[in-house]
Amino acid sequence: MSTVAPAPLLLSDVELPPVDRAPLRRLRRRRAMLQAACILVTLFMGFPVYLIALAAFSSRQTLNAFPKSLLPTEVSTETISAFLSSTGVLPAFLNSIMIGLATLVLALLIGAPAGYAIARFVFRGRDTYQLAMLLTRALPIVVLAVPLAQLFLTAGLYDTILAVTLVHAALALPTTILITASVFVSVPRDLEEAAQLFGCTRAQAFRRIVVPMALPGIAASAIFTFVLSWNEVLAAAVLTLNNRTLPAQVLTSLSDSPLAFRFAGGFALVLPALLFILLMRRYLLNMWGSTLR
Amino acid sequence: MAEVRMRNLVKTYPGGSTRATDDVSLDVDDGEFMVLLGPSGCGKTTLLRMVAGLELPDSGQVVIRGRDVTYLPPRERNLSMVFQSYAVFPHKRVRANIGFGLQMRGVPREEITRKVAWAADLLQLAPYLERYPSQLSGGQRQRVAVARAIVMDADVLLMDEPLSNLDAMLRLSFRAELKRLVGEIGTTTLYVTHDQAEALSLGDRIAVMRDGAIVQCDAPIAVYDVPASEFVGGFLGSPPMNFLSGTLAGTNGTVELDLGEGAARLPAPAALAGFRGQAVRAGVRAETIGVSHEQRPGAARCVVEVFEPLGSAVLITADLGGQRIKVQAPATFRADPGDELWLSLEQDNLRWYDPDSGAALATSAPATAS
Repeated sequence: MSTVAPAPLLLSDVELPPVDRAPLRRLRRRRAMLQAACILVTLFMGFPVYLIALAAFSSRQTLNAFPKSLLPTEVSTETISAFLSSTGVLPAFLNSIMIGLATLVLALLIGAPAGYAIARFVFRGRDTYQLAMLLTRALPIVVLAVPLAQLFLTAGLYDTILAVTLVHAALALPTTILITASVFVSVPRDLEEAAQLFGCTRAQAFRRIVVPMALPGIAASAIFTFVLSWNEVLAAAVLTLNNRTLPAQVLTSLSDSPLAFRFAGGFALVLPALLFILLMRRYLLNMWGSTLR
Repeated sequence: MAEVRMRNLVKTYPGGSTRATDDVSLDVDDGEFMVLLGPSGCGKTTLLRMVAGLELPDSGQVVIRGRDVTYLPPRERNLSMVFQSYAVFPHKRVRANIGFGLQMRGVPREEITRKVAWAADLLQLAPYLERYPSQLSGGQRQRVAVARAIVMDADVLLMDEPLSNLDAMLRLSFRAELKRLVGEIGTTTLYVTHDQAEALSLGDRIAVMRDGAIVQCDAPIAVYDVPASEFVGGFLGSPPMNFLSGTLAGTNGTVELDLGEGAARLPAPAALAGFRGQAVRAGVRAETIGVSHEQRPGAARCVVEVFEPLGSAVLITADLGGQRIKVQAPATFRADPGDELWLSLEQDNLRWYDPDSGAALATSAPATAS
C-alpha cells in the first residue's frame, strides 16, 4: 500500500539568534528568593511557639541556667505538671474547651441560616441588616462587660458557662454570618434546583447538597469562632468568679507566679488552639479535588 | 409518557419592567421532542422553568398529563431535568449522582443499582461509576447529568441548553447520541437552546421565541423553509436567510420585484398583484441560489465581495444592485473578489415579507410543508 505524503513543511534557513537564557535565570532567582522569604516568615511565627514549648518542658534549674540551650537537651515535665496540678487550672481548661465548643455550635446554628438567607434571598433591608450586624463589634467589650454583668446577675446567669457562651456567640456571630454567606454564595444555585427537581424539599436540598459543599467554609468559620472564644479574656474575666476560662484564670493568677509557671501557662494556652486548627484544616482544604465551581 | 399544556403563561421578574413571557400558550404532545429556540432573553428558559416549577407564573396554567401543576413544587411534578451547568453534585460519586432521584423517591436499593447500571451502560459511564465528578471531563459530566435525568422514568424530560458548555466537536457527536437516546426512551421532551443547528437537528417541532412570545411553531423543515417572519428566517440557518428590498412592479399578468436602478427583476407570484407599487422584502436561502460565471436569461448580475471556502461548500458574499447577498455554491466553484457572477433566484425559493412588520405575505405559490 502506498500513502500520499503531505507537502513538505518549508522553513526559512535564515540563522536564528541564540536562545536567551537570562529570563529563565531571573525567574529561578525570584523563585528562590520567594522561598527564602516564606521560610523567614514561618520562622518568625513559629520560633516563639517553639521557645515557649521549650521553656514549658524544662526544669526550673535549666530555665534559670545561662547560657540557655536552644535544643531540648533536658526535657522535664516538672514545670508543666506543676502548672496543670495547681488549683483552678484544670477546671478552667475544661471550661474553656466547653465554652469554645458551645460557642461554635451556637454561632453556627444561628449564623449559618442567616448567612444562607443573605446569600440566597433578595429582601428589603438586606444591606442595612449586613451593616447593622457589624455594630455588635463597634462597641468595645469593656463598655459592654459591666452592663452585661449586671444583666446576668439579675437573670441569675452570672458566673456560669452559659453566660460566657452567650457573649462569645454574640461576638462571633457577625463574622460567622459573613463567612458562611460568602460560602453559600459560591454554591451554585443550579445544584439546589437540581436537588429540588429530583425530589428534595428546600430543607432537604440544603442539608444534603448545600451543607456538604459548604463544609470547607463552615470549617473556616468554626476555627475562627473557636479561637475567638478561646482567646477572649475580658468578658470572661468580668462575667465569672469561680468558673473561669483558662485565659481569665491565667490572667488573674500568673502575674504573681514564677517565670517557669508563666511559660507553662502560655504553652497550655497555645496548644489547644493549634490542635483545633490542625484538625479543622482538613476540611478547609478542598475535599473533592477541585474548587466548588 | 405524558403531554404538557401551557396556557397564557405570564411572568414578570421582580424588579423587571418587561414580561419575560407574555401570554404564552403551547402544547407538547405525548412523546414529542419540542425545542424552544430563540436569542438570549426571549423567555425560553423562563418558560421551561415554569414547567419545572422553579419559577411560578404571574398568571396562566401548566397542565402535565391532565393534572394541573401550575403552583406545585418541582419535586411533585414527576419531571427530570438536565441543566446547562450539568449541576452534578460534586461531593457525590457518579453512582450516587445518577441514583439521587431514585434514592430520594425511596426506591429499593437493588432497583437503584439495576437502573443506574442500565443508564451507565446506555451513556458509556460504566467504568466511571465510582469516581467523583471532578475526575471526569466536561463531556462525561454531561453524560452523568443526562443519566441522572433518564433513570427517573419521569413524565417529561426538561433540558436547558444541555450542550452549550461542551466544545464544538463533542457537541456535534453528543447531539446525535442524545437524539438516538431520547428517541429510544420516547419521553416527552422540552428542550431549550439558542443554537439553531441544534434545534433543527433535534426537534420534532421547533417553537421559535422572541420577546417573550412564540413567533412560529412548526416542524424543523417548515420553520426553515417557510419562516413566518423575517426574524425567524434571519435566526435560523447558517448563513441566515438573505433579504432583498425592492418594490413590486409588473403589468397585466406578471408581477415582478424591482430591486432598483438597473438591477435585475425577480419574478413574484401572481397572488402579490395587489401589492404592486408597494415596497416588499424577498427572502431567499443562500443554498437555493444558482450561481454561474456566464450570463443566463433571467439571472441577476452581482459582484463578488468575499469568497470563503468552507470545505464542504463555498460561501460567496456579493453585491447585488447595492444590496448584500450571501450565496452558497458547490465546493468546486471558484471566484475572486471583483468577479462578475450571475445568480438565478427561482420563484419557488423566494419568500415575501412586509418591510415594516417583517411578517410573511400570503402567497399561494410555495405550499407550506405542514
